[in-house]
Amino acid sequence: MGVYAIRRLAQSVVILLGVTVITFALLYALPADPARMIAGRSATADTVARIRSELGLDQPLPVQYARYLARLVRGNLGRSYAQKIEVTDLLRSRLAATFWLMLGGIAFELLIGLPVGMLAALRRRSAMDQSVMVGAFLGVSAPQFVVGLFLLYWLAYRWGLFPLGGYGSPAHLILPAFALGIAGGGWYARVMRSAMLDVIHQDYVRTARAKGLGETRVILKHAMRNALLPVVSMVGLDIGTFMGGVVVVESVFSWPGIGQLAWQAIQIVDIPVIMGVVVVSALAITTGNLLADLAYPLLDPKIRYG
Amino acid sequence: MRQGWIGLAALVGLALLASLVAPTWGQNRGDSMIVTFKDDISTLDPAIGYDWQNWSIIKSIFDGLMDYEPGTTKLVPHLAESFTVSADGKSYTFKLRRGVKFHNGREVTAADVKYSLERTLNPKTQSPGAGFFGDIAGTKEFADGKAKEVSGIKTADKYTIAFTLSKPNAAFLHILALNFAHVVPKEEVEKTGADFGHKPVGTGAFKVKEWVLGQRLVLARNPDYFVKGRPYLEEIVFQVGVEPNVAFLKLQRGEVDILGDGIPPAEFTKVMNDAKLRALVAVGDQLQTGYVTINTQVKPFTDVRVRRAVNMAIDKQRIIRIINNRAVPAVQVLPPLMPGYDKEYKGYVFDVAQAKKLLAEAGYPSGFSTVLYANNTDPNPRIAQAIQQDLAAIGIKAELKTLAQSTVIEAGGTKGQAPLLWSGGMAWIADYPDPNDFYWPILSCASLSPGTWNWAWYCNQRVEKMVEEADALVQASQAAAREAKYRDIYRAVMQDAPWIPIFHEKRYTMHTVRIGGSPLLFNDPIHIPVHYTEVRVVQ
Repeated sequence: MGVYAIRRLAQSVVILLGVTVITFALLYALPADPARMIAGRSATADTVARIRSELGLDQPLPVQYARYLARLVRGNLGRSYAQKIEVTDLLRSRLAATFWLMLGGIAFELLIGLPVGMLAALRRRSAMDQSVMVGAFLGVSAPQFVVGLFLLYWLAYRWGLFPLGGYGSPAHLILPAFALGIAGGGWYARVMRSAMLDVIHQDYVRTARAKGLGETRVILKHAMRNALLPVVSMVGLDIGTFMGGVVVVESVFSWPGIGQLAWQAIQIVDIPVIMGVVVVSALAITTGNLLADLAYPLLDPKIRYG
Repeated sequence: MRQGWIGLAALVGLALLASLVAPTWGQNRGDSMIVTFKDDISTLDPAIGYDWQNWSIIKSIFDGLMDYEPGTTKLVPHLAESFTVSADGKSYTFKLRRGVKFHNGREVTAADVKYSLERTLNPKTQSPGAGFFGDIAGTKEFADGKAKEVSGIKTADKYTIAFTLSKPNAAFLHILALNFAHVVPKEEVEKTGADFGHKPVGTGAFKVKEWVLGQRLVLARNPDYFVKGRPYLEEIVFQVGVEPNVAFLKLQRGEVDILGDGIPPAEFTKVMNDAKLRALVAVGDQLQTGYVTINTQVKPFTDVRVRRAVNMAIDKQRIIRIINNRAVPAVQVLPPLMPGYDKEYKGYVFDVAQAKKLLAEAGYPSGFSTVLYANNTDPNPRIAQAIQQDLAAIGIKAELKTLAQSTVIEAGGTKGQAPLLWSGGMAWIADYPDPNDFYWPILSCASLSPGTWNWAWYCNQRVEKMVEEADALVQASQAAAREAKYRDIYRAVMQDAPWIPIFHEKRYTMHTVRIGGSPLLFNDPIHIPVHYTEVRVVQ
């Protein structure tokens, strides 16, 4: 187990490095000049050149990357070009909100996806199965912007049950988390349904029934536990992607998460901020996957890491 | 089955709980005002902040030697008590108002004015405004590190500051009213270093009370503000990260007072047709022109007949309908509010036959192919399509390139790259209300170099000379002569047709009934969306 964790950690470092190299190269390949964006519209060519050299943007790309990396290992992500503030401060100010939305989103995904998927599997090919799966499909494919505005308009504006977006209390979390849950829950339902269908005809389920166990117990304890394996990997993935920010939902609900930060930074080619968000997302994704891998043995004793 | 119901029950339960836990939103805010913005507020450092959003916030925290009468473009001394201009227009001397204090309690002196300007001019500050002050003697030597101070800025005594210019500039007082010339206290800048933009200390009507990144900025009234009786408001809260559609709902419920990003386009028609909502909207003009730049260095636009032909080919009324009539058609470079605007000038009238005739004369009877760049955010692609169709009607096949704003800016500033460029999203809004701000940065020979905003790559030395002559008319008594000269200048520019002026956008500021003051304040030409120091709570 220990060896496995160390190996995975080393892999994460390599992935992280690779991600920074690629992003760095892509950002500099962009046909947009951050020095010009900072210099503004009234700048003379002189001013632009001075700013470029102040930022070290006149150096060759490998030199710039080496400098970035040297700062990164010391935990210094640089200063935002636009906001002139430490990127670590910017990220820190948004991590908590991102974390809560990640938790809330995954909770709703599970809350919606698992029961729906199980019901569909147990009543396979029934009208209920089909309508549930169509519903799941709609949830997945509905544009989040529209879903979000719809929820806000009815539940918050018309009925006044929730605040109109914002951050600060548990009440603020419910709608954005629910909007995420609707989209992701559809995927979970489909995965859960097919996993349940796989499991339900296995010998051990038949054995459990043969032992005379009640149907609820058979489903919940014997079948569901095994069907949960793919769900766990999905949760691992979602931890990663949600921690990297969910731009649309954050925007609609005025949720001060990392996605909004990334979106604004991309508009103005604020390279240090974009890089910072990429590093955080890459970290989150590798961590999420690691957590999922570590959770498998808890569900299925057959899985062991040596 | 039961599982599903449990989930649903939990949801309903949470919802009910939420309504109990939730604070009372809005209501009873006292003398406080809430403004919403979609984007974060970037730095509040007056030497650096240069977007329409932080521009007027900075103005409410800092002050300059000069300012404008609220709601107008009329210059008035501000931190200065009085000033004199030499006959040749090259020396300006200002007497400072005494007893003005920074938020930290220290009195403002002439040395602070000099320090603040030199800070803007120092390349280490990376100020986007440094270029505005190029006419002050000795700025280049200072920026290049060859001089320790700017020779053209001198403090005669504690309350007197004098500027020497290398050439006269009739807009110099406007330039001193720019945020980049606002006064900052040296000791606070040195204490906070690069974080000054987030811990700003000025002399202004408001000070920063609280700033939660990504959520809100709270300004509180400065009780020691030197303008008597100002500001009216005790507090201004800027909520950031609020989608305009949601802000619109919040305003209708009275939770917020001002839509910083304006009325969401999708709701515009509904608002203007609903008497109750319409009453909350202040309509006014702004110093803005939206235009297509015609690259005068790219064939066949090197031929002025072709440039005039495309000017005649565009149906501006149709484009204005695309944006719900939120603009008036433009026939010239300057917007109507700008001194020097020519009421008599009719420009190139929409006339397809005449356009075709001109094209034929230029040797393109069956048109040609070209490329039109545009910003990819709505409504700009739709406007670009309308332009594309109009060009097709005279035989010009324009390929559309709708790209991210930063990429379009880069293309415009790259020699020989963008033959046509629709400026929407980046249209020129005056930095200061003087006609030379529409010339020097975007149409001058001085700005004819890569990376500037002279996207037409236009340079006419004869016009440049006329502008220099006009800018030498610095005395107040010469204002009318200078305006007349500028009318000639922009007629000459339009004769060369480096632009297709399309429209001047109007401003629609939506606010709750509790916020009032003179209607001018809600469409202040300098302060967007409103003049924070002058508006008040009326209900």
